[in-house]
Amino acid sequence: MNIVRRSTKRPRTRLALYALVGLLLLSEGCSSPARVLEPVTHGELSFCVHAEPKDFNPLMASDEPEELVKFLTAGVLIRMNRLTQAFEPELAESWQILDGGRRIEFKLREGVRFSDGVPLTTDDVAFTLRTMLDPATHSPAADPFRTGKGDVTVSEPGGRRVLVTFPVPLAGVERLFDQVPITSRAALEKSARPAEMSVLGPYRIAEYRTGLYLVFSRNPYYWKKNSDGRRLPYIDSIRLFIQQNREVELIRFMRGEIQLINSIDAESFERLAAKQPAATRDAGRSLESEQMWFNQVARAPLPEYRKEWFRSRDFRRAISDAINRADLARVVYKNRAAPAMGPLSPANHFWFDAGLKIPLFSPESALRRLQQRGFTFSGSTLRDRSGNAVEFSVITNAGNVARERMASMIQQDLARIGIRLNVVTLDFGSLVERITRTFNYESCLLGLVNLDLDPSAQMNIWLSSAGNHPWNPGQPSPETAWEAEIDRLMRAQAVEISTARRKALFDRVQRIVVEEAPVLYLVDKNALSAVSPAIGNASPAVLHPETFWNIEHLYFQGPRRGHARQ
Amino acid sequence: MSGLRRSAMALLACLYLAALAAGWLAPAGYAGQFRESPSAPPSRKFLLGTDELGRDSFARLLYGSRISLTLAPAAAGLGILIGAIAGVAAGYLGGWLDICLSRLADLFLSVPWLFLLLSVRATLPLNVNPLESIAITFLLLGLLGWAVPARIVRAAARQLKGEDFMLQARARGCSPLRMLTLHLLPSMRPVLAAQFWTSIPLFILSETNLGFLGLGIAEPLPSWGNLLAGLQKIDVVASSPWRLAPLVLLLLVMACFHLIVPLEDPSR
Repeated sequence: MNIVRRSTKRPRTRLALYALVGLLLLSEGCSSPARVLEPVTHGELSFCVHAEPKDFNPLMASDEPEELVKFLTAGVLIRMNRLTQAFEPELAESWQILDGGRRIEFKLREGVRFSDGVPLTTDDVAFTLRTMLDPATHSPAADPFRTGKGDVTVSEPGGRRVLVTFPVPLAGVERLFDQVPITSRAALEKSARPAEMSVLGPYRIAEYRTGLYLVFSRNPYYWKKNSDGRRLPYIDSIRLFIQQNREVELIRFMRGEIQLINSIDAESFERLAAKQPAATRDAGRSLESEQMWFNQVARAPLPEYRKEWFRSRDFRRAISDAINRADLARVVYKNRAAPAMGPLSPANHFWFDAGLKIPLFSPESALRRLQQRGFTFSGSTLRDRSGNAVEFSVITNAGNVARERMASMIQQDLARIGIRLNVVTLDFGSLVERITRTFNYESCLLGLVNLDLDPSAQMNIWLSSAGNHPWNPGQPSPETAWEAEIDRLMRAQAVEISTARRKALFDRVQRIVVEEAPVLYLVDKNALSAVSPAIGNASPAVLHPETFWNIEHLYFQGPRRGHARQ
Repeated sequence: MSGLRRSAMALLACLYLAALAAGWLAPAGYAGQFRESPSAPPSRKFLLGTDELGRDSFARLLYGSRISLTLAPAAAGLGILIGAIAGVAAGYLGGWLDICLSRLADLFLSVPWLFLLLSVRATLPLNVNPLESIAITFLLLGLLGWAVPARIVRAAARQLKGEDFMLQARARGCSPLRMLTLHLLPSMRPVLAAQFWTSIPLFILSETNLGFLGLGIAEPLPSWGNLLAGLQKIDVVASSPWRLAPLVLLLLVMACFHLIVPLEDPSR
């Protein structure tokens, strides 16, 4: 991605020169949006992180702050381009998948140096991978490498090559390396003193003030250059304010104290659009969806007749038919969301099953399905065949205004077919306790973010034995035939090397989920962000980190920027 | 009775009547979602506009007033009653009872309520209908709000116990019950009244916080607490000032309460 350069110094006549000088003088006090600005390859970019980083060891990154620091400072062998969703070489100039996905061989780029000037070697890559894979390290980045069928080994065959061997073939194995920060023994030893730690990414940590901010300065040895041969990144430094309150973050953006907001809710987005329309960026559907599911756990402390409702496919599909998803997207998300079609959002370009349709809103169809199952609708109440009034609760996390509003709207939608829905908002800890341990809930409304595009990364959701299988986790053996089929398809796609065949298998999984409706997918939210018009080359993507995935290419347009004081 | 006091009583009576006649004054109801008109400004159809889900804000304010104007004073009354009994008993009778009640109040104030309320939520069923949720919310507030008034009342009771009029009553052979009911409690009216009036807005706002633990007024019922929670975004309020109606009403009601029952006892 190249920045646009255009010279404004082309005087042809004296008149033109005077006119140019006049225009320049006029532009001292004001800026015109039509003016093409020279990129300023210095300055300080500021934005917020919403919590304190707990650890500066890049191998231990787990939450948002650490992931953010890792993205700015660490180099990786392969990086997924957040716009095209294709893998691109970074520290590795090439890679090769061998033995049907059992081995992957990287060839390192020549001349890459750490920020202290020390050259990168295959020893460093092997050290990083071995340290990460060592169970004693407890690195979250190692989890996707563990297949449970043996150890992953790393070797150096020579010629700037590193070979990683898996115990079994792994489909889409290259995606795992997008999250592995390459480091060195010397760098890891200094992770407690982050300002001294050498890195391979575009920035290194220059200053850290607990509870206030982090300052990153340009890595003088960063390997990437632009098409003119100029070493990247363009921006000198980055100031990351530690700011938990999103409302304060928005106010600071409006004041011009920060230049980026990575992710912003629809309501704040509309408020910002009313004041600074040029700063709002809607990248279309994101990978975040909102969904609702019923508790189908056999041992859940619920009355048997209710468990019977929740296990009935017709009941679940009737509820799905009765929910007006278009209204949820329009009213709650101000049209910055769209009705969800299935488990994946169309933002996942390759794996989304384009054959899925938007569920139709039809209370009549919902009632028909229910009547076929013996439910009766009299007066304003729906009753099952035993005469029990249909009433259940939905839990959601307190403080999430959008979810609370969605729950209220679903409450009114279901009231039309005689179902009374009780909305219960709980603190997040209590909610998680109920959906993962006590199973003392009836239905739950939550959101899901698919950070990894590959279906293999969702094994912990779709396998019936998985702990995160939302509606009935940890089944010793699949309790229904369709869950057994999903298990089979997911396992098959995980070892299938042909991408086309994997896609066909995972399409089938998506269709089963839509047909059986264990989870009602409600809306796919748009990827909303805010970028100051002063920032050039910003192309927000749906994948994290949305606004600064191409941080090394961002630049300031216009006059030199200093940093904003907190 | 002063004119101001009469006006306050009349205004409060009007508010109560309006709240009771909510069904007639705002036929749209508090729950009906006019989804084609979310966040609408005031109009003939919607006197105070609509909320983010297209619900009539005027109707929600009236129905919310019905709940908050009835139950917040009730919760405050319950808290003050328990606090007054405990405080007077501790302050007037003294001895081991004073020590026990004072330590109990201290313990109550030092308990991390978050965890206690989480436990309460865990013991309650999830399928609580909105009316039950109101009763539970304000009963909890009343039961949990006794310790502060108890400490203040205890201090006042200890001070009054040594006053001349109390010594004189004791010298004349008044029974302890008569001393408490005829002499001590009437003298504490300003303290109790002050506690009562300051508790009401506190309880109205506390109700919103309980919502975070799944214990507040359940949707779709409105309350002043959840209506006031919508005022958190300053620029939204600035661009649509009619959203301040619940706050204006709360301030008005509090002023009326203060005017109707003066804190200073004119007979003293």
